[in-house]
Amino acid sequence: MEVSMTVNGSPRTDSVEPRLLLVHYLREVAGLTGTNIGCDTSSCGACTVLVDGESVKSCTMLALQADGAEITTIEGLADGDELHPMQEAFREHHGLQCGYCTPGMVMAAVSLLKEIPDPTEAQVREGLEGNLCRCTGYHNIVQAILAAAKAPARAAS
Amino acid sequence: MIPAPFEYCRPTSVEEALGMLGEGGEDAKLLAGGHSLLPLMKLRLAAPSLLVDIGRLRELSYVRDAGDALRIGALTRHRDVETDPLVAEHAPLLAHVAGQVGDPQVRHRGTIGGSIAHGDPASDLPAAALALGATFEVVGPGGSKRSIAAGDFFQGFLETSLAPGEILTEIVVPKATGAGWSFQKFNRRAQDWAIVGVAAVRNGSTGIGLVNMGSVPLRATAVEEALAGGASVEEAAAHAADGLAPPADLNASPEYRAHLARVLVRRALEEASSRHG
Repeated sequence: MEVSMTVNGSPRTDSVEPRLLLVHYLREVAGLTGTNIGCDTSSCGACTVLVDGESVKSCTMLALQADGAEITTIEGLADGDELHPMQEAFREHHGLQCGYCTPGMVMAAVSLLKEIPDPTEAQVREGLEGNLCRCTGYHNIVQAILAAAKAPARAAS
Repeated sequence: MIPAPFEYCRPTSVEEALGMLGEGGEDAKLLAGGHSLLPLMKLRLAAPSLLVDIGRLRELSYVRDAGDALRIGALTRHRDVETDPLVAEHAPLLAHVAGQVGDPQVRHRGTIGGSIAHGDPASDLPAAALALGATFEVVGPGGSKRSIAAGDFFQGFLETSLAPGEILTEIVVPKATGAGWSFQKFNRRAQDWAIVGVAAVRNGSTGIGLVNMGSVPLRATAVEEALAGGASVEEAAAHAADGLAPPADLNASPEYRAHLARVLVRRALEEASSRHG
């Protein structure tokens, strides 16, 4: 079936099988491999992308369900060479160890700050309940998100 | 993991959805947010021949004030139930429970109707619907309508009284403005299913729904009857597992679940009483 969506600002139309998952569409059809597949059971959050601005686990959504939607992946955050403030904060605060969960963490964090622009530490920790870091590097991830919330620029954009 | 092949259609109205569901026969399934069905399909525990994707039928996404009740469209997402001001005022238990389902990503996609129609005994929202005495509005082939009380809806494991070809359209929640309420969810990690959960509303009478204490979402009728008969909270809570056969899994034995139910019902009743407006 035909599916059309805007991925990181670029409209595209593809012919897909109904059973194609959004994460496979993004990685294998659109060629955007920044979105990782972790548990594949909607538990770990590694595959988190923004669908119309809100965090969603792309392993638990059909590509066809995203027909007409605006998708943002980790590749769509930076403005050219300039990192998104959330990416910058993760770098600055060493919010990653092995890096596998990082794209999903960053996307979940961007969505979180849209809903709660100035969160408490507890709200950040609760807001990350859908993202697992097997390095257990949560402390610096939380610090990065708190710092991004204080950044003047466009952490939630 | 990739689901087995299926046909897919996306109706633009409830009427059209009924037609597509009817044509699809017994192997057709409705797809709302997909956060219960798609995981089962990926594990090949479900293999519908046709998915009727009603996820974007805006006509079924709303919260309305209907006098002595709230009317909530079946496709209202958990996130929207969690943050709706009418729900917060008149059914704060439901707003809180919606905010406890899964994690933010799940709540951005999952819907109240999808969760209830799935009928999972480990889900939070069915227990809240039972505690609140909700009613479910259903539309069937040809547009025929019927209402099903939450207490009559859950029939067996992942089995409800919805007939093939029927669509759950609306959840009617009697207002419990100012009522005491509590939700106790016992789990090991934030996003996990409840090992046991308890939803309680005290509003003159008491309604108690249990999560994961049997093959279906359950009411704690023995506790409700004890309270109605004048028992204290502590005495009544001791009946939380009476007559129930809770499941065994990696997290808990039936005996442990029964113990949890008694403790969590007591805590829920104490908290609900302390909140009573």
